[in-house]
Amino acid sequence: MYAWIWRHLPGDRLQRTGLVLAALVVVGVLLWYFVFPWVEPKLQFDHGTVGGGASAPASPGP
Amino acid sequence: MRILIRSIGELCITAGLVVLLFVAYELWGTGAYTQAEQNKLGDELTRSWNAGAGAGKVTTERVRLGHGLALIRIPRLGKSFHYVIVEGVSVADLRKGPGHYPGTAMPGQVGNFVVSGHRTTYLAPFNKLGELRAGDKILIDTRASQYVYEVTSTKVVRPSDISVAAPVPEHPKANPTKRLITLTTCNPKYSAAQRLIIFGRLVSSKPRVKEASS
Repeated sequence: MYAWIWRHLPGDRLQRTGLVLAALVVVGVLLWYFVFPWVEPKLQFDHGTVGGGASAPASPGP
Repeated sequence: MRILIRSIGELCITAGLVVLLFVAYELWGTGAYTQAEQNKLGDELTRSWNAGAGAGKVTTERVRLGHGLALIRIPRLGKSFHYVIVEGVSVADLRKGPGHYPGTAMPGQVGNFVVSGHRTTYLAPFNKLGELRAGDKILIDTRASQYVYEVTSTKVVRPSDISVAAPVPEHPKANPTKRLITLTTCNPKYSAAQRLIIFGRLVSSKPRVKEASS
């Protein structure tokens, strides 16, 4: 898959490398600022309350 | 066929890298949200404290869920340990900072002032709670007073052990006579299997000068 994408990228080796890096940054930013903040509240790993405070209804986020 | 298998392999590796990035986000990225909320709550608190006694009675008794209630400082954990305590302990509340259990005593009152916070993720306010020893000071600032609590003991309990949040910790039926504080957080770090509990008692309180809040 990635080999196929690499073959179909335009330009010489240097340009392709630049494109790949740019694509990686874009994907990373999308994940970090949009996908992860959306997913994270749906998971709960670390809730320090006692007696089932975690089950308290979460009020809508700001 | 070989291309298909190779593509599946590549997708699996990609998914693994995405999960690793998510772990990094969980540990360090979530702090940005908490920091922004803390700044907002801090400003809000300072404004309402400065509003003056005449302009509406904004005391700790009338804090809405999700809003700032008091400031907590623990000198042992460094000068930068400084958080706004939020009213409420729902998932959404604790994302903003340490939360006060609604219904437990307010700062300085007879009973138990119970505060919970994240040990990891979301700025990890209570990350270093395990370093506290008996005699360490916990400073709670409200609009009217500054309360100085002193750590009496620490304990690790099961997450279901609600008795630590009772007005008299571990004696749910007893009548409170003392002014106590209890901090709860996850234990061990990066796990939610147990709870680390810090018990403390009020040793002194003094009225705050109004200017001190700015």
